[in-house]
Amino acid sequence: MDVTIRVKRQDPEAGDERRLPYWQDYPVTIADNATVLDALIQIREDDDGTLSLRCSCRSAICGSCAVRINGHAGLACKTIANTVVQDGVITVEPAGVMPVVKDLVVNFDLFWEKIEAVDPYLKHMGQEPEGEYIVSNDAMLHLSGVTACIMCGACVSDCTVLEVDPTFLGPAALAKAYRFTADPRDGDAEGVSMERLWALSEPTGIWDCTRCNECVQACPKGVAPMDRIMAMREQAIQAGYDNNNGARHTDAFTESVGHSGRLDELRLPIKSVGMMNLPALMDYMPVAFRAMRRGKMPPIAHKNVENVDAVRRIFARTQPEPEAAKVSNNSPFG
Amino acid sequence: MKYAFFPGCVSQGGAPELYPAARMVCDRMGIELEEIPGWTCTGAGVIQEKNQLFGDTLNARNFAKAEQMGLPILTICSTCQGVMSQANHRMRNPEYLAEINSHLAEEGLEYSGQSEPKHLLWILIEDYGLDKLGALITRPLNELKIAPFYGCYIVRPTEALDIEDHPERQQSLEMLIQLLGATLVDFEGKTRCCGFPILTINQRNSMAMVGKHTSEVKDLGADAMVTPCPLCHLNLDGFQPKAASQARRSIDLPILHMPQLIGLAMGMSPNELGLKRHIISTGPLEVKLRGR
Repeated sequence: MDVTIRVKRQDPEAGDERRLPYWQDYPVTIADNATVLDALIQIREDDDGTLSLRCSCRSAICGSCAVRINGHAGLACKTIANTVVQDGVITVEPAGVMPVVKDLVVNFDLFWEKIEAVDPYLKHMGQEPEGEYIVSNDAMLHLSGVTACIMCGACVSDCTVLEVDPTFLGPAALAKAYRFTADPRDGDAEGVSMERLWALSEPTGIWDCTRCNECVQACPKGVAPMDRIMAMREQAIQAGYDNNNGARHTDAFTESVGHSGRLDELRLPIKSVGMMNLPALMDYMPVAFRAMRRGKMPPIAHKNVENVDAVRRIFARTQPEPEAAKVSNNSPFG
Repeated sequence: MKYAFFPGCVSQGGAPELYPAARMVCDRMGIELEEIPGWTCTGAGVIQEKNQLFGDTLNARNFAKAEQMGLPILTICSTCQGVMSQANHRMRNPEYLAEINSHLAEEGLEYSGQSEPKHLLWILIEDYGLDKLGALITRPLNELKIAPFYGCYIVRPTEALDIEDHPERQQSLEMLIQLLGATLVDFEGKTRCCGFPILTINQRNSMAMVGKHTSEVKDLGADAMVTPCPLCHLNLDGFQPKAASQARRSIDLPILHMPQLIGLAMGMSPNELGLKRHIISTGPLEVKLRGR
């Protein structure tokens, strides 16, 4: 197969214009079953020894070769080239969010700082057991979905929050945190990781995620970081850490729909920031006035849907058992 | 063509101009919309983070009602589309579906698991046909440069949205813009997040997202951005002045709902399509359209 690999290159230490990002085209002939990594290695070996990239196992195990292919993060070694060719071209860029060292190699310091920030080790707060910790098969099977992470940074690369705010803990570290909050050995005697959930409920933590699904899409191992973040929101609320805008927003949203069947858009933001939070409420006033002037305000009197009693009964019947949150699997994809 | 119509809360709440515009455009196309009686919110992904079972049961209830009507579901909201598709994806598990149906039985409802809710954008391409739509264009938007903005939930996760079977869904908005005669302003941010879900949680980040996407498109020379997601519209339009002040620059990029853009190309007036209700003035765009 003939294809052009269009690589975004940059050498920040160069003394000339190569210190700024630029595109370079490499026309190559590759096997039909070649991966994007095969193509990149072929370029480096045969055409241009100055092209820098990171790789090792070539089997989607080591997590070294995460790059952006056609704008989206993924492992070069797991992407079959002929499935991503667009008009004869495949674009390859370095992973996003992290600074470029050279060409397709990025600096992972930010990634590791965030992993360290979530204390990535078991913290048992209760009394030590006399023998070994006994945990159920189900709990361990559930955790294996998260421990499948190979730390490739694809999720961090495409995180829409990290793109605008480098202080966010981000998908990889939060998925790692879930690996412990969902572990029955972590936390108190009931396995509730109170300290972690408290810390994770602070700004830069679980409530700063936009639920955009980029990390779910980017992850080559099915870890679905966003789904783990959502599961931790559920855990945090159940643990009682609900005095923040995120938890209030979720609570108010769920109550509104559980009571009337539809969203009360007028009251939701007020309940989210807190009824008594005057500065935050004042902050919304210009937006509210502009909307009102254009006739865009939601109705003042929020109406119930037809047969709302049925909705309320469903709401009552589907309330989770208090202890269910620990092992709840919020992931639609395992 | 007839569909069970799922308008979603925002088209009747914070973005009330969307609902009539969608109905007018569908009417022109001969797409009949019968609203699902007593439909409920999909949960928007918010309920799902606290109580997935409740959220999914609400969706199954809407699906079951549409099945009783004997009609496929049409929605005009990217977020609703994604949440419905994700709920549907989970309900492929027969045990989970049975559990959900146990909560619907009291109301005499049962969901088969077979529903395939579709956004109007997908229906135009997959069911209605772009050729047919093209024949209804009486005022091609040749003067306009339009950028697409999808909304996360209509593009990800691809597994729940059946993108593998329908790869054209990832290009659908670009195809539509070009069909309507406008010049496509492509940009990387078109599938990113508008920031709306964290508006009340981290407003600074939310505004940074609005500012980033709208100013990027503005600087590329676009006259407007079009979105099939009313939640994106709320943030990109309603909060754009705030985002601009945070970014310390002017932006003034009109944001159109997808049916409004189609309506303009069908010769409908900006007024009847509700453009006057937008926070960012669509005046300059209307002048361009008039000026030929």
